[in-house]
Amino acid sequence: MPRAAIVADKLTKWFGQGDARTYAVKEVSFQANWGEMLYIVGPSGSGKTTLLSMISGILRPNSGSVKIDSRDLWSLSDDELADFRLNTIGFVFQDYHLFPRLTTAENVAIPLVLKKRKWDEALREAARFLEVVGLADKAHLPPTKLSGGEQQRVAIARAIVHQPEILVFDEPTASLDGETGRKIVSFVKTEILTPGRCIVMVTHDSRIFEYSNRIMEMEDGRITGFQQGGSYEA
Amino acid sequence: MKEILILAYKLLVNDKGKYTALLVGTTFSVFLIVQMTSSFAGILTKASATVINVGAKVWVMDPGVNTVLNSIPMPDYVLDSVRSLHGVKYAVPLYSGGALVKLRDGTYQPVTVIGLDDTSLFGRPELLQGSVDDIFAENGFVVVKDEEFHKLENPKIGTEFEINDHRGVIVGIARVATGGLFGTPTLYTTYNRAIQYIPSMRFTTSYILVEPKTESDIPQIKQRVESLGYLALTSEEFQGRISSYLKYQTGIGTNTLLMTVISFIVGLSISGQTFYTFILENLDHFGALKAIGMKGRELVYMILFQAAFTSLAGYGLGIGLSTILITAAKLRLPEYASRVTYINLGLAFVMVLIIASVSSYAGIRRVLKIEPFDIFRG
Repeated sequence: MPRAAIVADKLTKWFGQGDARTYAVKEVSFQANWGEMLYIVGPSGSGKTTLLSMISGILRPNSGSVKIDSRDLWSLSDDELADFRLNTIGFVFQDYHLFPRLTTAENVAIPLVLKKRKWDEALREAARFLEVVGLADKAHLPPTKLSGGEQQRVAIARAIVHQPEILVFDEPTASLDGETGRKIVSFVKTEILTPGRCIVMVTHDSRIFEYSNRIMEMEDGRITGFQQGGSYEA
Repeated sequence: MKEILILAYKLLVNDKGKYTALLVGTTFSVFLIVQMTSSFAGILTKASATVINVGAKVWVMDPGVNTVLNSIPMPDYVLDSVRSLHGVKYAVPLYSGGALVKLRDGTYQPVTVIGLDDTSLFGRPELLQGSVDDIFAENGFVVVKDEEFHKLENPKIGTEFEINDHRGVIVGIARVATGGLFGTPTLYTTYNRAIQYIPSMRFTTSYILVEPKTESDIPQIKQRVESLGYLALTSEEFQGRISSYLKYQTGIGTNTLLMTVISFIVGLSISGQTFYTFILENLDHFGALKAIGMKGRELVYMILFQAAFTSLAGYGLGIGLSTILITAAKLRLPEYASRVTYINLGLAFVMVLIIASVSSYAGIRRVLKIEPFDIFRG
């Protein structure tokens, strides 16, 4: 019996007012489970990223609720939400959003620094996670000296360095060639996904569908269906 | 919080281009502010040179006097009246005026002549060479060895010269705390010789120097002198009066103020714009930090730290640069009127704080408005 990690109930988000109001997400309900890699797919403008933002605590819905491990996310204050994101969520952004003026190790150490870990200690921990993603020898380089695939792996290391339970990926393969994209997602599935972790990934890259457990399809702000992906073997 | 400030520091200084531009802006601004205000402080100090050098506690003068060199002679009875006032320990006359010294090559050199009370020599300078008693010898003058000394062709003891068609002899070489503003050498002699050699009107006393019995007698002395129709000021008040005159009744103060304000605006423009651009260019990174879990107030601390760090570094560099320039200038130009005071440093510091505050305010407003969702949206 799958255990629910994220439960979204009738999530609705609109932008604009009056006649200009546009619904990005309309009464979306779904559940993502621990040990599951759930993809959200759909055409541009279907509300994937808006939904991802609402379930990760960075965009307040107009109505509906999100429960993570039975905790109502949007009943939290702004500071509590920031703490929640820092402790529970790992983000991998579409454009990586790595800091070009910091070294790779310093980039990875950022969530630990925000968690008030000492700088040296955070760097040591970051180096360990760079080893996990196969970039131990690039720790001292700035991200600008790395290839796209390597930068993506640095972003993944930054997302997991503080051991979050939920990882959200926004179009992780959008800037990568097919081979590199597959390698990255395969790595995420085999090395990062654990029974105590849930990964939600927004993508429209059909080349990586095989790595998902489930695929949720969206169109015009609504869920249009679910498909089974590959299965997770613990 | 320390770790977050280290992160802020690295983000700031690792962006070498922007950081250099920020430092240059602040340093340049502080340099200009300190230069302008130090020059003004130097001018004010030199303008009060005689007051500082003579060192009397209370000065009695005509109410129309605004600067020490433009004295208005008082009748002799004023001296007697002041001497008879309650609380006055003693009071002596002082002559201050200008004369012309004829140099060996036949050219004339204007000089400032200070005539000291014949009986007490109150306000005499510290002698480097010679004996003070020799000032009573025939035609005796003491010359001050300051930046203007060479204009009298570096006289020695025994050097004879012509002053206002009278013979003069150097009997002593002295030093004083502060050189004068107008670039004229200074000669000291007795009061009676001064008024004898230098043409003057019927009244001859430039100032009356008063030594009160106690500090508490000063207000009473001032009041009594005022009732005589004259003005009594403490040394500090007289210096303040000279400063006020230069600040508000000549163009010097206004010009200095204008230049200081312009320096501030230049610094604010360069630093403010560069810092704001720095924030704008890093906006998506700040948004990413917010998404990861940084709180709004932590972002504010980061930006305030970056602005404060840059401003203080620029302040230090600006002060250092100014000091080096002033020191170097004084080595080549001893009469260069510039003086770094705590007030100058404080003023520059306040202006730097304003630059930092304004620069960071715009950045903070922008950063607080950014939504982490914007990072997802790209």
